[in-house]
Amino acid sequence: MIRDSRDLRKDPRDTRDLRDLRKGPEGAAVVVTGLVKRFGDFAAVDDISLTANKGEIFGFLGPNGAGKSTTIRMLCGLLSPTSGSATVSGIDVATHPEIVRQNIGYMSQKFSLYNDLTVLENLHFFAGMYSVPRSQLPSRISWAVEMAGLNGREKSMAGTLATGWKQRLALGCAVLHRPPVVFLDEPTSGVDPMSRRQFWELIHQMAADGVTVFVTTHYMDEAEYCNRLVLIYRGKIVASGSPLELKEGSMSGELLLVECEKVGQALELLGAAPFIQDAAIFGNALHLVVENAEQAAPGVKTLLAREGIAAGKVERIRPSLEDVFVSLTTPRPGRTP
Amino acid sequence: MNFDRFLAMAIKEIIQIKRDARSIAIVIAMPVIMMLAFGYGVSFDTKHIPLYLLDQEKSQQSQDFLKHFQASEYFNVVKTVDSYREVVEAIDRGDCQMAVVVPFDFSLKLAAGQPVGIQAIVNGTDSNSANLGMSYGEAVVSSYAQGLQVAWLQRRGQIRVAPPLSLDARTWYNENLESMATIVPGVVAMVMAVVGTFLTSLTIAREWERGTMEQLVSTPVTRMEIMLGKLAPYLVIGLFDTCLCAALGVWWFGVPFRSQLWIFLLSTVLFILVVLSMGYFLSVVGKNQMAASQLALVATFLPAFLLSGFIYPIDQMPAAVQVVTHLVPARYFMFILRNVFLKGTPLSLMWQDVAGLALFAVVLTILATRAFKKRID
Repeated sequence: MIRDSRDLRKDPRDTRDLRDLRKGPEGAAVVVTGLVKRFGDFAAVDDISLTANKGEIFGFLGPNGAGKSTTIRMLCGLLSPTSGSATVSGIDVATHPEIVRQNIGYMSQKFSLYNDLTVLENLHFFAGMYSVPRSQLPSRISWAVEMAGLNGREKSMAGTLATGWKQRLALGCAVLHRPPVVFLDEPTSGVDPMSRRQFWELIHQMAADGVTVFVTTHYMDEAEYCNRLVLIYRGKIVASGSPLELKEGSMSGELLLVECEKVGQALELLGAAPFIQDAAIFGNALHLVVENAEQAAPGVKTLLAREGIAAGKVERIRPSLEDVFVSLTTPRPGRTP
Repeated sequence: MNFDRFLAMAIKEIIQIKRDARSIAIVIAMPVIMMLAFGYGVSFDTKHIPLYLLDQEKSQQSQDFLKHFQASEYFNVVKTVDSYREVVEAIDRGDCQMAVVVPFDFSLKLAAGQPVGIQAIVNGTDSNSANLGMSYGEAVVSSYAQGLQVAWLQRRGQIRVAPPLSLDARTWYNENLESMATIVPGVVAMVMAVVGTFLTSLTIAREWERGTMEQLVSTPVTRMEIMLGKLAPYLVIGLFDTCLCAALGVWWFGVPFRSQLWIFLLSTVLFILVVLSMGYFLSVVGKNQMAASQLALVATFLPAFLLSGFIYPIDQMPAAVQVVTHLVPARYFMFILRNVFLKGTPLSLMWQDVAGLALFAVVLTILATRAFKKRID
């Protein structure tokens, strides 16, 4: 599925050569500069800039309402930005939305295929919408059926499929025309863990074929599968980099895991301690951000013992993305998230 | 315009129509039901006006006179009563529209050669049937009076008496002056205005409501392709519906069809394009199926009913209203259909109306296409 510029189908109404429309750095699939979207007074997306490279799995991570879907919709030309610009495969979304649409696949957060059409009918419809050449049609359709694992269900109504299958069918419909860039908006929300894993295997396969996958998620574990990530919070990018870079670089100190009873009470107690920068509950344990884990551990134990809270393991751990995220989005004096 | 995309769009619509029992019901049942409802319900022929008779004299001659009312198909003699009070009550209750009262000195005065007044009491709440009742009554009375006069003259020795003047009317196109012949072509236009607009009023709104619009607008399909792809199946359906209505008119209601078929088909295609684009436009604007279909009914039914010449002749309307009727596409179609069914007018004599429809078709398809934005904000 490796693509070069010749594969970008031209909009027949546009007589200029695609190369003339291209701008931005070579090798960049998606370039976003100063993108802003306001709904009234509310800035859903507040001055976002980013670059996703070709063949990369680019993760867009953040809680619900952070502005992920709004951004992705602007990149697909579905929403017009208040200000800023975006290019996809070097083509400006605002000025040539139809050429961009021919070169992307989009999968919206909500299932938006036709429930009253069968699997095959949906595929044929979207193949038509993307004008997949007739000579390629049978092979593309059977490829999509295969990929989505829908063999034997070709004649089922899309509405009757389980969520995991629906999502894979939606992906199949979105990439029938072999787009070089694919936008997936929360593709795995509401999908069981098994199907989630299968879905991510598909994403990796596409990326291996040279497709740029721009994916949003609020699952922290999924973010680990991405080549590069940006964390978005309240419409702003709070951190970016590879998962490893984020984990290493975004935390101001070291991370201490504390297993103890009465985590709520312990959180209150430790959160107030001067040598602890940050504290958060993770399951039935606490994660503490401290300057030096070695030095802080005895102090933590003492504090807990004084209050009669039985403590188990107290040790330094490597931060997960969730830790990074909590650390970056918790407002603290002296730092704005 | 990419033909593959247009085709894919049209095929998808056809599959969806086929699977949706409700839309099939609308396609087949709605025109038939409306045809029958209007065909039977809207009749301008007022016959069998309920009538009460009060004979104050009860003579041979007065009975003979009243038999003429009983014989008339325009009246239905409900009851013969004996008092004025009963007449008043019957009219109050609505048991009769009209009552005829013969005075107690009817035959005496006639014998004496004096003029006699026959009283008719008419319920004026429905002025149309009141007027008709009076003129039918007038006709019955004057024909009886003429008979009397002839008899009187003959008794005086005049052997042959002929009325000096008479209106010798010859009705063209609708020989028996049956209002059905006027109504049915109008009903066909009415039904198609409503059904056509209704059909497409759901298409775009449905995509919004079901969330499929977001995926659709993310593809390179153009709004022209969406519009034409969605309209094409309904154009075929609309054509089928119009032919169904016309067939009902000809074979069920017995209305003649005197024009060439192609004139009928050409103007039908134009009119259907007009109403489908209107429905599509409302669907784009309404954004939900409920609102769009209600808008469709209001925007088409009322103008088509009141301003197209269906029930009120346009040349009887106030001048300002007549101007407004030019904005009602059903007006042109109504005119064309009446000509097509009853007169067999060649196209050369009604090209303005066909051109009017064509103009509306072009303007409305462009308007509907433009109204749709490939955005979700």
